[in-house]
Amino acid sequence: MTPGRAVLSRGRTWWRRWGEETFSAYLFLLPSLAIFIAFTFFPAGYSLVVSLFRWDMPARAVFVGFANYRLLFSDPLEAPIFWRSVLNTFYFALGVPINLFVSLMIALLLNRKMPGVGLFRTAFFLPAITSVTAISVVWLWLYHPAQYGLFNSLLIQLGLPIQRWLRDPLLAMPCLIFMGVWSGMGYNIIIFLAGLQSIPRMLYEAAEIDGADRGRLFVHVTWPLLGPTLFYVLSVGMINSLKAFTEIDVMTQGGPLNATTTLSYYLYQNAFQFFQLGKASAVAVLLFLMLLGLTWVQFRFVDRRVYYE
Amino acid sequence: MNRPARLRRGLANAGWYLLVGVLALAVILPFAWMLATSFKGQKEVFSFPPTWIPQHFEWQNYLQVWQEAPFARYFLNSTIVALAVTAGQLTSCVLAAFAFARMNFKGKNFMFLLFLSTTMISTQVTLIPSYLIMKQLDWIDHYQALIVPFLANAFGVFMIRQSFRTIPRELEEAARLDGCGRLRFLVQILLPLCRPILASQGLFAFMGNWNSYLWPLIVTNSDSMRTLQIGLRYFVSGEGGTQWGVYMAAAVLVSLPVIAVYFLVQKTFIESMATTGLKDI
Repeated sequence: MTPGRAVLSRGRTWWRRWGEETFSAYLFLLPSLAIFIAFTFFPAGYSLVVSLFRWDMPARAVFVGFANYRLLFSDPLEAPIFWRSVLNTFYFALGVPINLFVSLMIALLLNRKMPGVGLFRTAFFLPAITSVTAISVVWLWLYHPAQYGLFNSLLIQLGLPIQRWLRDPLLAMPCLIFMGVWSGMGYNIIIFLAGLQSIPRMLYEAAEIDGADRGRLFVHVTWPLLGPTLFYVLSVGMINSLKAFTEIDVMTQGGPLNATTTLSYYLYQNAFQFFQLGKASAVAVLLFLMLLGLTWVQFRFVDRRVYYE
Repeated sequence: MNRPARLRRGLANAGWYLLVGVLALAVILPFAWMLATSFKGQKEVFSFPPTWIPQHFEWQNYLQVWQEAPFARYFLNSTIVALAVTAGQLTSCVLAAFAFARMNFKGKNFMFLLFLSTTMISTQVTLIPSYLIMKQLDWIDHYQALIVPFLANAFGVFMIRQSFRTIPRELEEAARLDGCGRLRFLVQILLPLCRPILASQGLFAFMGNWNSYLWPLIVTNSDSMRTLQIGLRYFVSGEGGTQWGVYMAAAVLVSLPVIAVYFLVQKTFIESMATTGLKDI
């Protein structure tokens, strides 16, 4: 590599300075890129296209423009189910703020150096690391509608009438939310503890010297510094809530009387049980738009969160 | 410290233990109930009032799980798929992260944005076309369908890139001067230095895949291709089922490996959860 040879031709200089490195870089990117194109970008675009067709498998696809969307929004038969599932999606998402509140309280409790605190933390994390499928199976048994179910046997011992839980259209969703709070808590607690521990001790000491009590320490130090963490947990929670599928499929299959059919489940039913791919794709596109908004918000905070650590 | 203050302190601590203990117990309750039921015979499962400690330990339930459904096969499937996805995803992530962290190339910013944009496109949106692609390729009910779509992960690229950037550039310059090639530098010098992030990303990929549900549900048909989660779902025939002792034994068997891994590598586990976010695929 003598400098003299580099001047031989322009092309070769370009190759040496940019070409080789660019070429190698794209070779490095190629595996990821190929997968993204085949299984992310192409399918996403294809979803948009399919949503403009009526495609009731195994019949052929027929172009219908925005008819699928109109069907979802205003068809006298379909729209009520669609809007019900939109409503159910938001109803289910109510679990997210509840979860946040409970998790923050527990994280504040656990953020102490006490002998045995690690053991307690493990107890709270346990649901978060267990698969949602196994958890759903266990809770199916807890919510058993007869007297053998644990919750019902507790009601009996308290002298209260037994409930049908997941089979009761009014109770089914609260049951799912309650289980979701229990199983989602562990993850939020981990994040909150990390957030709490990143707050410099100095700030608390300084505030204490200024005579701040515990309540004011929380309001003026902990809360504002926990802001980004809180926001991150909220948006991740919302995204996960919108995508929730496993517990619904294992426990209620959207029932009873569509009481737990969320958008994700409605999409699955239309695509893989009724084989109406066009309509299901329209649902997918709408769900995508909702998730897009949330993910965008989340991503703005990931970068900041990384710097805090 | 004077005595009343010490007393107050002791009481406060006792109160803390009581509160946290009760809460932790409440969280553990479903697990205890699962474990208790898994050892109960059919008669005791349906006895009232319920017993927390089985009067007669029915080990048979655990044997029955293996006999009534091919759980060994489910375990094998889940292990093969999760290992393949973890290895493949780490490889593709490391390569891309290296390019983004250490190389100058045309279109770098655009490519980076393109990668990040994939995190905005969730599984639900790509579900139907991806399924159609699998059908077209005749991959339904094959390992490929469970593995190939997950061999890239933009979030992993992002996290590993962050870690690569913390290693001083001088190190690479020195290595390059000594005649070390790019790939060799990456494999022999950079990767060993970034072991923690690789461990947490690898664990995350493994766990996410091991627990995944929706995709394996739609791309597997035959019993012999089901993963553990899907096998469990079909084993438990909903609320109408009656063999709750056996079902709970199956649930214990499905959750145990992950809990065991958690106790083995607790620190990496927490790190992986804290840095990566989403639980399910």
